[in-house]
Amino acid sequence: MRQTTRSSTSPIKVTLERTLRGMQLDLWAQQAINGLTLGSIYALVALGYTMVYGVLQMINFAHGEVFMVGSYAGFFTLTALFAAGFGQSNLILTLIIVFLVAMVVGGILAVGLERVAYRPLRRAPRLAPLISAIGASIFLQNAVLVIFGPRLQVYPYVFPAGGVSLGNVSITYIRVFIIFLSLAFMLGLHVFVRRTSIGKAMRAVAEDKDTAALMGIDVDRTIATTFLVGGALAGAAGVMVGMYYTQINHMIGFVPGLKAFTAAVLGGIGNVPGAMVGGLFLGLIEAFSAQAIPAVYKDVVAFGLLVLVLIIRPTGILGEVIGKK
Amino acid sequence: MAILEAKGVTKRFGGLLAVDAVDFQIDERMIAGLIGPNGAGKTTFFNIVTGVHRPDSGSISFCDRTIKNLKPHRITELGIGRTFQNIRLFASMTALENVLVGQHCRLRSGVVGAIVRDMSTQNEERYAWRRAEELLEFVGLQEKQDFLAKNLPYGDQRRLEIARALATRPKLLLLDEPTAGMNPQETRELTEFIRRLKTELGLSILLIEHDMKLVMGVCDRVTVLDYGVKIAEGTPTEMQRNPRVIEAYLGRTASSQPGVGHGAS
Amino acid sequence: MSSVHKGAFDSVRDWSHRLAPPWISQVLGRHKRLTLATLFLLALLLPLRADSYQVHILGYIGLFAMMGVGLNVVVGFAGLLDLGYVAFFAIGAYTYALLASPQFGLHIPFWFVIPVAVAIAALAGVLLGIPVLRMRGDYLAIVTLGFGEIIRLVLNNLDPVTRGPQGLSSIDRPSIPLISFTLDTPIHFYYLILIACVLSMFIAGRLENSRVGRAWVAMREDEDAAAAMGVDLIKYKLLAFAIGASFAGFGGVIFAARQGSIFPADFTLMVSINVLALVIIGGMGSIPGVVVGAIILVGLPEVLRDIQQFRMLVFGALLVAMMIFRPEGFISAARQRSEVQRIRELGSVKTTS
Repeated sequence: MRQTTRSSTSPIKVTLERTLRGMQLDLWAQQAINGLTLGSIYALVALGYTMVYGVLQMINFAHGEVFMVGSYAGFFTLTALFAAGFGQSNLILTLIIVFLVAMVVGGILAVGLERVAYRPLRRAPRLAPLISAIGASIFLQNAVLVIFGPRLQVYPYVFPAGGVSLGNVSITYIRVFIIFLSLAFMLGLHVFVRRTSIGKAMRAVAEDKDTAALMGIDVDRTIATTFLVGGALAGAAGVMVGMYYTQINHMIGFVPGLKAFTAAVLGGIGNVPGAMVGGLFLGLIEAFSAQAIPAVYKDVVAFGLLVLVLIIRPTGILGEVIGKK
Repeated sequence: MAILEAKGVTKRFGGLLAVDAVDFQIDERMIAGLIGPNGAGKTTFFNIVTGVHRPDSGSISFCDRTIKNLKPHRITELGIGRTFQNIRLFASMTALENVLVGQHCRLRSGVVGAIVRDMSTQNEERYAWRRAEELLEFVGLQEKQDFLAKNLPYGDQRRLEIARALATRPKLLLLDEPTAGMNPQETRELTEFIRRLKTELGLSILLIEHDMKLVMGVCDRVTVLDYGVKIAEGTPTEMQRNPRVIEAYLGRTASSQPGVGHGAS
Repeated sequence: MSSVHKGAFDSVRDWSHRLAPPWISQVLGRHKRLTLATLFLLALLLPLRADSYQVHILGYIGLFAMMGVGLNVVVGFAGLLDLGYVAFFAIGAYTYALLASPQFGLHIPFWFVIPVAVAIAALAGVLLGIPVLRMRGDYLAIVTLGFGEIIRLVLNNLDPVTRGPQGLSSIDRPSIPLISFTLDTPIHFYYLILIACVLSMFIAGRLENSRVGRAWVAMREDEDAAAAMGVDLIKYKLLAFAIGASFAGFGGVIFAARQGSIFPADFTLMVSINVLALVIIGGMGSIPGVVVGAIILVGLPEVLRDIQQFRMLVFGALLVAMMIFRPEGFISAARQRSEVQRIRELGSVKTTS
């Protein structure tokens, strides 16, 4: 049966099949690129969750909102620069300014959150900071809603259409930009945590706050720095999402926030390289699952994965690094 | 005859051999002591017996029944009660409620009984309350039954923990450092009290203790652990003279003082 | 060694009690029956002086109070932080909507659906409970939240069954068989909700003061110690999830019958957070507190429609502020007094009966 089919196959059909298979492969490669793009954004946000969890053993529920506010900050800066005619002529400088503004806003917001909503609760039962974080999250969402209204804000196009070709796969410029910039941020963070004295202080605080304090480390400042760095990365991720999807509103922090948290858990919460791996992994899974199941269920996939990982391997893919007590 | 019998019990935490091939047995109406320096594996041994940890190898039987793979609540049901090294009462429940929880495995009423409050549930509750009051009286806390556990003074908390363990109707009671943090007067009272548990209630008792006066005063037999290994066993007086025991204690006092507790105990 | 995982939820009730002014718990403690009777009478007479919109809101408050009582079993008694509670509400509502609407042409009577929906919700509670049994507090929160979202997403996308975002409509009104009376005005539903509410509170109250309730609280306070007392942790955790879920499922059935049409958008995360917040505001573990919480959280914003836009903004800030500005010290003493009072009352009942 099989043999007859093969022998009777016409040359035209073979070519057609090959092309189809090629397209299929291209499709997968395309999804891999999509996954990497999304994944790097998740990873950047996940880093904030994981770092804060590392030092405070709490889930910063409002982290998704920091990301959202960063996205708004980037939007207004970008729109203003384009309106002034500056953006069109100085693309690179514009990007630098936009990212800087979003990162500063994100960082300051995260530090403010810590100061107002979490620091007073550091010795309270663990439920208290979590509820406080939920409150802060609702507050920020609705503050943005009240100030800017419910309508979608449209990011101006920054990158020219088209992209880099890799064989049959074409990668748009924005994707190349997001992937490389995220990698640069992650590398920078890695060096920061491993090499600088502030990074060392962070790791010490994560191990044991009291002992760290005895060693002369300013615990409050170290925690604030952790929020600053996490918030800045979330702000940058917010701009990336804005540029990538081009539309933002006050709700964009919620689902990506949850997914980034999933990524952090996947990688082992408290584990900085783990968050990066977890983010990329989640992005890829989501992109590939879109091939197999209706796209509307892609969020179900992410949450399902979260539940699954927590059941099978509660310490994540790479293992929990901090808060193991 | 032996009520609890452990053979070759071994437990490892990563690279640390916390309990190493320990053989142990305790007879009915006997008070046995488990002593040894910090980190010797005493509490780990307790946790294995009570089902908190599963041993890597070895066997444990209680009343001729193997209990090695049972969950803690099942072991309690079979008749092993315990207290904890660092008191673990139900802090925001009253003394009486703590003892009521202790009777949990001896009571039967479930959800339906709780909602309907039928006669048998009412009788059971009435019985449980009366028994809780008796137990509090037995440990001398009858005046304080409505106090929240966390508001009781330290010595009372220790006694409440014992009352709560007694409420489970144990045949064997495990006491983990019952005199920790007590002054000499309280320790003397407790020594007397532990003796009463044996004579009046006919219990077997296994206790971890650092206070040698208490160990000498009440224990019928003493087992010494060091680095997870049983190094000696015998009467309290024999142990006092045993050179290995003396070495285990004295040989390490100098180095064990600064970093109190290796975490394994 | 226990301090970290113990610190998660143990003192939640204790600490939330500090939020409530001392006199409230004192009054409630001393004249508990009188207070309850007065509240009930008030609830009975209230709709007679209200217009139909207000009665509708009162019903809404009742539904939330009912869910609050159920969530209180999970969070307040057993100490399991559940952020996906709305899922069970949705399950109850959709069960009724599918069994009693033109969607599948089924018209099973309301009273038959109640036990079915309650059982399905309880089963869903157990199914959620099994995977999260060994999870730490904050993981539990996120996973339950994810569960709630999954249920909503499924409702939103399973078009052949749920008709997706369009929702289900023309859901049957409940009718009382023998006298062939159909419940269709807000007042009718208000009284139905009131009965369900009182029933829920009665059940929760009975459970609290029983062997089961004590086992839950013990588990919340210290899992290892509870296990050492013979409490089967798995059984009691699943029981808490199942019972909490069944209250929400019951509420969901009534909600579907009352609204006449339901949409996935009725079952967002905000419902879960609202219910959790009213449990906390009311003073966790306290049933009259849940009612007060429901009135504040659900009723007040509806009355003050002008600030509608700022409602959630204020709500968020309120949650943060509540966590931070809790008066310490003197109120925890008040809690202790009310606790002693409660035990004395119980004790005297026991000895005289």
